[in-house]
Amino acid sequence: MSVAKLPHVAVVGAGPAGLRAVEVLVAGGLNPVLIDEAPRSGGQIYRRPPPGAERPAADLYGFEAAKATALHGLLDRLGDRVRYRPNTLVWSIEGKRLRLLADERFDALEVDAMILATGAMDRVLPFPGWTLPGVFTLGAAQIALKAQGVAIGRRVALIGAGPLLPLVAHQYRKAGAEVVLALDVTAFLPKVIHGFGLLNAPATLAKGLWYMARNVLGGVPMRFGARRLRVEGTDRVEAVVWTDARGREHRVACDAVGASFGLRSEIQLADLAGCRIVFDDLTRQWQPERSPEGRSSVVDVYLAGDGAAIGGADVAELTGARAALTLLADHGRPADAARIDRLDRELARHRRFRRALEAAYPFPGHLLDDLADTETLCRCEGITVGAVRAAARERDVDEINRLKALTRTGMGRCQGRVCGQAAAEILARSRGVPVETVGRLRGNPPVKPIPIEGGL
Amino acid sequence: MGERLDVDVAIVGGGTAACAAAVALRRHGLTVAVLEKRRCGAGASGVNFGGVRQQGRDLRELPLSRRARPLWDGLNALLGEDVEFEATGHIKLARSEADLEFLERYRIDAAACGLELTMMGADAVHAELPWLGEKVLGASLSPTDGQANPRVVGPAFARLARRMGAEVREHTPVEAVAHTGSGFVVTAPGLEVRARRLVNAAGAGSGLVAASFGEAVPLTPLSPNMLVTEPMPYFVSRSIGVCGGDVYVRQVRRGNVVFGGGGGWQDHERGLARPNDAESLGGMKRTLQVVPGLAHARVIRTWSGVDGQMPDAIPVIGPSRTTPDLVHAFGFSGHGFQLGPVIGEIICELLVDGATPSPIEPFAIDRFDGLASAAPADAPVGGSTHTEH
Repeated sequence: MSVAKLPHVAVVGAGPAGLRAVEVLVAGGLNPVLIDEAPRSGGQIYRRPPPGAERPAADLYGFEAAKATALHGLLDRLGDRVRYRPNTLVWSIEGKRLRLLADERFDALEVDAMILATGAMDRVLPFPGWTLPGVFTLGAAQIALKAQGVAIGRRVALIGAGPLLPLVAHQYRKAGAEVVLALDVTAFLPKVIHGFGLLNAPATLAKGLWYMARNVLGGVPMRFGARRLRVEGTDRVEAVVWTDARGREHRVACDAVGASFGLRSEIQLADLAGCRIVFDDLTRQWQPERSPEGRSSVVDVYLAGDGAAIGGADVAELTGARAALTLLADHGRPADAARIDRLDRELARHRRFRRALEAAYPFPGHLLDDLADTETLCRCEGITVGAVRAAARERDVDEINRLKALTRTGMGRCQGRVCGQAAAEILARSRGVPVETVGRLRGNPPVKPIPIEGGL
Repeated sequence: MGERLDVDVAIVGGGTAACAAAVALRRHGLTVAVLEKRRCGAGASGVNFGGVRQQGRDLRELPLSRRARPLWDGLNALLGEDVEFEATGHIKLARSEADLEFLERYRIDAAACGLELTMMGADAVHAELPWLGEKVLGASLSPTDGQANPRVVGPAFARLARRMGAEVREHTPVEAVAHTGSGFVVTAPGLEVRARRLVNAAGAGSGLVAASFGEAVPLTPLSPNMLVTEPMPYFVSRSIGVCGGDVYVRQVRRGNVVFGGGGGWQDHERGLARPNDAESLGGMKRTLQVVPGLAHARVIRTWSGVDGQMPDAIPVIGPSRTTPDLVHAFGFSGHGFQLGPVIGEIICELLVDGATPSPIEPFAIDRFDGLASAAPADAPVGGSTHTEH
């Protein structure tokens, strides 16, 4: 292949994956555009306080301070070889044209190739009281701390179904908040059973155990296995109540709750770019198909980081670099074979770790079975769980887009990014069918709301 | 060997007209099979603007539209669910002297068809719609027109047809249709339907069915490009259109403002459409000129779908000229939503009585004889010509 013309490449997302991708692209002689919604690079995981409110990296990121600092400094090192566009939303992709929104104004960008490193957000499941003031996601609780230096409350209860829970509990305790509860709604046993698989990433496992140990030593009550979870309160959060495996009810008073149940990939841009989207049994999520080398099903669209499959920050760095190396090779640029080999071995090991981790934290679908019909499912549109069950029962609804059309579930501001998975699970449970058979919400532009007057 | 059905009437297509026909035919005791390639009411019936509008229609279509209008008042009762029909009135704005003349001429012609329209002067329009941005010269009000939720109507007709005993088969793409002398044979994967009579109401796919009976028609796909905002305080009290058709906007009671902008992209292979971003941006700009109060609104979703477009922008409705017991109803050219329920009745009349009291002569399928069948247009479609859907 000729190397005469340098491909014009956009990288979407300036988290660990996107940053490592631009680093590799620049080393390969390209001048990529890096587009990111946030004002400063780092992604959600290494999110930074606004200028003027900086705090030491060790305080913000703990064990990961060195990694965070390295990534934060990366764009400075690359200088003008990267065209960096912060505060910019990619709201649609048509072919190789990216539709942008920056400072409330529309713009467009034509590229030859793109790497989508769109990251993840909390997986939200409804439970009684989940819309009460004072309930946040775990991710939001963490961002409040990292970006703004504030805790979500004074007496904080944290609820989760994944490794984020002990980490946030540790961070909150370190920041001086009182963590009155760290409740993992999944059972403890699978974590023991899959412990060997977790040894595929011993450092990560050790950190997880260290956070748990610190939490326990620091007096944070850690609990596992919850049914009939609810948050009580009249005007705002007052207590978390749940039933344990032996059927005993527990109640912990608190003034704020951080709760989410794992992570979900932000796949809408890959969907709009035409990438084939497939169901992943392990996480029960729809994900863009991605080869181990980082290719999507669409030529010149590459995928990296949690936006393609949840893997965490370290894996995101690896997949970002890997996808960029593939892009370079596909465009006739010399690629570092030894580095590719090293990355592929690392990624294979992490895949084994991830499989064990997902098995250790199974999807807590039992929480959905506990829900009363009156519970809110889609808060944008105010749709209840009962409305979904009724549509499944009485209106022949067996598919998620039909559910949306008839009930408005997932039709509001978030376009199902928050409620979509819970809606699909509840629909599938109502019909008694596997969740993949009810399909997924079709992506339509814009991926986030855009101002009508942005074109003037 | 797959399943076999023997019915009086097979209907290809599962849109509102098709399912309404199934309902009407069941009332006459005929056995019916509805064959829909995807989901009933998910094609043009479900993705359109949702205007229940008589005003502005081709005068040849107006008698059908007049007959359709009272049916909407009874739809909730008929279907057993709320289709969100509301007679908000429809106002068509004039932005030039020529527009005004056009509206006045149309008012007189429409009156001859029994549709009462009221001309409003500039002051009256701005007094009633103080949020209008553009200085308009006047407008025509059709007080009996309104709007409804298109996502609900088609599926509700399908369920009613099913409750009344029709075989409604979704995800059943018809692969072949033929007349055997004793009746029709319709084949789909794993299914063969034998029917004495056949209805071709397959929307954008109707051209293939018609061609199977030697009736090639210049039917092309049409894809509206639709947008909706987040909920806003209710203020767009009427359904709004303009002369020229390049702006149309309504607000649902929930608060979302629905508007159109050009045409979407079409995927000919899969028969699907997707929104076109450039068209969406154009629609946003034009709509904002007419309704500046939307300046701070945010668009939360755009969508598209596929309808069938005829060169003269009126549908094909009526008996086949080549094949007895075959009735066509397709090519509604982006404005079939309001007609759907009445088309079902007309199809039934044609099959049961052999005639309909509605004047359907202008919609004869052989009106295009001599015209070459048009090739599918290149996407995007609908961007160059604006139609209020």
